[in-house]
Amino acid sequence: MAIFLNENSKVIVQGMTGSEGMKHTRRMLKAGTEIVGGVNPRKAGTKVDVDGVSLPVFASVQEAIAETGANASVVFVPPAFSKAAVVEAIDAEIELVIVITEGIPVHDSVTFWNYAESKGGKTRIVGPNCPGIASPGKSNAGITPADITGTGPIGLVSKSGTLTYQLMYELRDIGFSTSVGIGGDPVIGTTHIDCLRAFEEDPETKAIVMIGEIGGDAEERAAEFIKNNVTKPVVGYIAGFTAPEGKTMGHAGAIISGSAGTAESKQAALEAAGVKVGKTPSETARLMREVIENL
Amino acid sequence: MDLYEYQGRALFARHGVPVLDGGVATTTQEAVELAERLGDRVVVKAQVKVGGRGKAGGVKLADTVDEVSTHAQNILGMDIKGHTVEKVMLTVTADIDEEYYFSYLLDRANRTFLCIASTAGGMEIEEVAHTAPEKVVKLPIDAGEGVTPEIANAIVTQAGFPEDLRDQLVDVFVKLWGAFVAEDATLVEVNPLVRTPEGKVLALDAKVTLDENADFRHPENAEFEDKAAVDPLEQRAKDSGLNYVKLDGSVGIIGNGAGLVMSTLDVVSYAGEGHGGVKPANFLDIGGGASAAVMANGLEVVLSDPQVKAVFVNIFGGITACDEVARGILGALQTLADRGEDVTKPLVARIDGNNAEEGRKILADANHPLITVVETMDAAADKAAELANKGA
Repeated sequence: MAIFLNENSKVIVQGMTGSEGMKHTRRMLKAGTEIVGGVNPRKAGTKVDVDGVSLPVFASVQEAIAETGANASVVFVPPAFSKAAVVEAIDAEIELVIVITEGIPVHDSVTFWNYAESKGGKTRIVGPNCPGIASPGKSNAGITPADITGTGPIGLVSKSGTLTYQLMYELRDIGFSTSVGIGGDPVIGTTHIDCLRAFEEDPETKAIVMIGEIGGDAEERAAEFIKNNVTKPVVGYIAGFTAPEGKTMGHAGAIISGSAGTAESKQAALEAAGVKVGKTPSETARLMREVIENL
Repeated sequence: MDLYEYQGRALFARHGVPVLDGGVATTTQEAVELAERLGDRVVVKAQVKVGGRGKAGGVKLADTVDEVSTHAQNILGMDIKGHTVEKVMLTVTADIDEEYYFSYLLDRANRTFLCIASTAGGMEIEEVAHTAPEKVVKLPIDAGEGVTPEIANAIVTQAGFPEDLRDQLVDVFVKLWGAFVAEDATLVEVNPLVRTPEGKVLALDAKVTLDENADFRHPENAEFEDKAAVDPLEQRAKDSGLNYVKLDGSVGIIGNGAGLVMSTLDVVSYAGEGHGGVKPANFLDIGGGASAAVMANGLEVVLSDPQVKAVFVNIFGGITACDEVARGILGALQTLADRGEDVTKPLVARIDGNNAEEGRKILADANHPLITVVETMDAAADKAAELANKGA
């Protein structure tokens, strides 16, 4: 199984011909992802050779879907053009669009999110400013290193890329069903709650790691959701206990405003929902290890 | 980026929102000249990005130029909650019949924009929401549709604003929305929005936050950046394209990925509890790639902070494997030595992930006198805290 992305996913890359797009297309292919082409209107009709694989470049997402049956897109388009790329993917009604790009203006993110909703929410948006989705052994769409770990019973959802990799690495002997990097921006498409719901329904996933950080109240709302809807064990980690108020900590969304968005508040909410929260990434991994041993 | 009131006021004026005539001054002399131009009675307001300036004595009325001189002299240089007043704004005054509250902001939770309006203005909106919630109206604004005159009319009706001001308010709300969108703001707040005895609507305050991700399409707003108030190390890091936040402690931190660096700050703080209470000196994310060149720039910024007594380099090698990271650290130290930097502070490196063993071996073989390699993040944080405490 796995969630959102699996062995049946046919992936296109928007912005494939750029340097980041090309670098990661190569890595995704190596990881076994079925990449069926790229989108760049200026290079439409050409082919790009990636380590011996010839990938067609299409003029639009719609054309790519028509020609290849693509059902997922990964976006590496620069910030100034990301809104147009995502809107195009929504118009083409692709099932999944993963926005890797960091630095997209929040007005653009709100606009494409509101637009997706107005179109009936047919397209799942993941990100922006995220590492993407990895379903080890099946498919990898984004920039998550593919060789950290293999298939296993843990589902992971996180706002942070490197903390995701850290946890996958610490638990690499157990393995993961899917890891979803939802992104560190203030406005994102797929949320912790969307992932928790999907993991709860996924038979392959036996336990869930949820990584959050300061800013907003997504973790508090996720805690409420867990209390009422999640029967599988959840282990949590929150970064940013010592972050100062009013300073943006790397991620555009990671900012404490007054008393809102603190790590303490998030930890308290998760613990009240029965989630074990690790004090450090390593302790979080230990807690998950205990959970798996007691399944 | 939060703007000063005078910058917000200028931005409002640019978009046709009615504000009082005024200007900004950095010296008493400038304030006096400005007051002479404005004539009559003026208000002198300290420009700081923190609330409570009125209570701190940072807002004064002046009836004469002499009074302007006295107030400007007292207010310039004043400390308000740790913020030094570098500028004062002067405006003419207006008689006020009623005070209202109005804002547009980003609603993260609902992934949309929000309008908050109230006929009870002039005080903290949170307080109004607490004591008289029925007086606070919140309306989601669809990003695609925006605030049309029709929607602005609905806001006037729902918030219960006076009918005789309807046309003026609709005009102000539409223009404020124009400013909010055109400037890529995440907050545009007017508190108070007032009604004068003549029945005129005026924005008497301007609180604006701009989205830094949108800086690329607003070169004209670069002037709002307050280089004088930015920490010199933060400015230097920004000039090198680094994501750096200066903190108060003595353990310099370098890591890759915002989440991992935030986590590193926490782990170092916990470890510091056992080592004289040492704390992190900074947040520095050198990005997923962790290349040698970026590592060198990062180390240079961290090492030039005189408060730093030891440095903790915490890298998870994902896309960039650990052997490259290890060579990057050594290359960075060499680069700094070549630049003539005095590198004497101890450095604890924890590198984990792809090719971790090879990476650690490279560092071990280099046998660099300043580098200690520790395998786990928790143990490495403890070592860095210990070294910083010893060096203090």
